[in-house]
Amino acid sequence: MKAFAALFSRELRLANRAGGGGAMGVVFFLILVTIVPFAIGPDLNLLARIGPAILWIAALLSTLLGLDRLFLSDHEDGSLDLLEMADTPLEVVVLVKCLAHWAVTGLPLVLAAPLFGLMLALEGDALWGVTASLLAGTPALTFIGAIGAALTVSLRRGGLLMAILVLPFTVPVLIFGVSAAAAASGGTVPFLTPFLILCALSLASMALAPFAAAAALRSGG
Amino acid sequence: MLKYANPTFFLRLVAAALPWLWGATVLTLCAGLYMTFLVAPADYQQGETVRIMYIHVPAAWLSMFIYTVMTLSALGTLVWRHPLADASQQAAAPLGAGFTFICLVTGSLWGKPMWGTWWVWDARLTSVLVLFLIYLGLIALWNTIEEPLKAARAAAILTLVGVVNIPIIKFSVDWWNTLHQPASVLRMGGPAIHPTMLWPLLVMAVGASLLFLCLHLMGVRNEILRRRLRRMSYLAAEAADHVLEPQPEARA
Repeated sequence: MKAFAALFSRELRLANRAGGGGAMGVVFFLILVTIVPFAIGPDLNLLARIGPAILWIAALLSTLLGLDRLFLSDHEDGSLDLLEMADTPLEVVVLVKCLAHWAVTGLPLVLAAPLFGLMLALEGDALWGVTASLLAGTPALTFIGAIGAALTVSLRRGGLLMAILVLPFTVPVLIFGVSAAAAASGGTVPFLTPFLILCALSLASMALAPFAAAAALRSGG
Repeated sequence: MLKYANPTFFLRLVAAALPWLWGATVLTLCAGLYMTFLVAPADYQQGETVRIMYIHVPAAWLSMFIYTVMTLSALGTLVWRHPLADASQQAAAPLGAGFTFICLVTGSLWGKPMWGTWWVWDARLTSVLVLFLIYLGLIALWNTIEEPLKAARAAAILTLVGVVNIPIIKFSVDWWNTLHQPASVLRMGGPAIHPTMLWPLLVMAVGASLLFLCLHLMGVRNEILRRRLRRMSYLAAEAADHVLEPQPEARA
């Protein structure tokens, strides 16, 4: 438990010192939300209808870009080797790193989502629905992404490859996330159905992804 | 199993078996195509276009079968460290991608006259498209990591993560309301398709499987030869290094 806490606080402190991790993710989120109306046109009705989808795609891409820093800096300065040789199982190390990473990059996206949703003419139930779905779904994105990050950690320009590997597996999270967000503003589907499945995806990825990521770290880096 | 782990033995086995396998493949595919065009009846509703099914369905079956072969090879790499498992994985990936592509394209060509659309985002088509993306990701991973052993382990992990897609594809037409028709052959209660259509389908499936077997064995053989070439080039470079390097005393 002490190792857990120590590693978690180390990750948070490093993220703060390196600077920009969480903030840059939110800025990229904002930029994507800004770009879409330029491409689609400012029709508020259309934007409100696809608003949850835009927020979800933007959250997905922001998470993807932020995943680089999950293992890369530790790999470069050798801390990853030390963590692999430590007593704490590598799976627990990966779990803690991913939780800290989500707290630094995923959580700010969730907190910023209501504000950006207003820019996309979302209001009331739709706004809270998309925020709740992002809160439940971004951990899944981080953990599934960790598998890709672990597979490509030793490659120098593995960013695009990581995106190719990770994106197909995040499709279910996207489907249920947008479904939950859309269900919150009414319709035939009750909100809880896709929302609970989304929570299940997050919990399942939290439980299983550390094993895959740890295996990838052991075999690769 | 241990006997087959010897690459040289494997190469001899492949060299002896391959001509027969190719012969069997050509015979079966010819028989299948004959049955497809001259024996199987036209559909009462779809007319002659139903004959695309005899290419589309075997390609679809094979795309999932090849992924299963890759999964077993991945287990061979990670669990038993079987030396040929690496090569088997690597050879299977492009073949799987090819058959999935054929499945998607023939399905699309069939869908336009039948459903009125080239593509629809229903559960079956989407999950097969995701399978295609996973294949492409695996090929990209193989091409990016240079060291063959590392690449094999990384690809094995990714393959095992992606195997969850296979039951999703198989049961997608049962779990979701899809435009793609539900299962007609491998289902509880037996095939729901008439024997005059079932037999050409099965013959084409066997022919396609034999084709995969031949191409896969050739791929594994080529991968073994490629690794020998790589090793030999390293040894040649090392030897050249000794020749060109000036003697230590001559420096200073």
